[in-house]
Amino acid sequence: MSVTSSPATRADWEGTQLDAGAGDVACERGHILHWLEATEDANPLYWDEEVARELTDGWIAPPTMLSVWMRPLVFDPTRDEPIRPLELHFRLKDAFGLPEGIVASNRITFHEPVRPGDVVSTVQSIRSISEPKTNRLGTGRFWTIDVTYRNQDGVLVGVESYDMFAYERPEDGS
Amino acid sequence: MTARRTIDQVAVGDRLPPLELDVTARTVVLGASASRDWQPQHHDHHWARRKVGSDIFLNTPTQAGWIERYLTDWAGPTGRLGSLTFRMRRTVTPRDLLRFEGTVQDVTVDDAGTGWADIAVVLTAICDGTEETATECTARLAMPSGEVDNPWRQRGVDWQPDGDAATPRQEGG
Repeated sequence: MSVTSSPATRADWEGTQLDAGAGDVACERGHILHWLEATEDANPLYWDEEVARELTDGWIAPPTMLSVWMRPLVFDPTRDEPIRPLELHFRLKDAFGLPEGIVASNRITFHEPVRPGDVVSTVQSIRSISEPKTNRLGTGRFWTIDVTYRNQDGVLVGVESYDMFAYERPEDGS
Repeated sequence: MTARRTIDQVAVGDRLPPLELDVTARTVVLGASASRDWQPQHHDHHWARRKVGSDIFLNTPTQAGWIERYLTDWAGPTGRLGSLTFRMRRTVTPRDLLRFEGTVQDVTVDDAGTGWADIAVVLTAICDGTEETATECTARLAMPSGEVDNPWRQRGVDWQPDGDAATPRQEGG
């Protein structure tokens, strides 16, 4: 469930994986409708059950809902500290002493559709960490974190890759 | 019945019809709720002002959802998203008019018979007479190669959302 030690060097962190386990909420139709109202999406695949049966053997969730199924509940009486969606990013910031962070770019690849009843599990992994760099924001490092999503049958449903820049503002430094 | 666009009806340089969205606080908060994202910058105006120096802003999943909807408005229900790559340039906040524009960059058919349109999508935020690029995105959208084809049927190695770069399959032509 967690990383057992906190390696101190860049080489040790690269390849580190964190199994965030199963998401707190299963995919369900009511939440899909909430998403469709938010994006004003009239795609008949999500509104006409005949079309859903014909094309996808029944209802599916829009692929871009992927991250919805892993985001922790903000309240859960059985748990103290949920694993945050990009927990490894926060651990890296702490390890390298970089207080600020931004997402430089984000890539999502979609695989098997997520269907009502599916529970999605995620594994986070650190693909790469750069040498220190200085830009207009400050001095810090770029890193890439992959989040791999699988359904309850172990079938790949998607991969999200985040290119992050974590840094210290010039005025914060010594 | 919504039209089902096939890949042979698509050419490099085609432009998707633009979409304009009046962004309100409801757009931002409804998107945050639908994506189950309760970070304060997506619902708490006072927090955002104090900490980020802006109003509340659209989160990434909501933008992805709007982009998917924009693409499938054009492609129809047989359009299946393979991948999205984003770069955020400016936050999108209430009072922005957000304009979506898409241009087809590449059209291919993979060895499993699925058509692919690579589409550059630009979200422009218009506010108080100024226009700024808010988000740039490259989408890879699967589309049927003919009337009876259905990209949603592709699975395993036949589903190739990464394109050539990440496809392990290497078969001679």
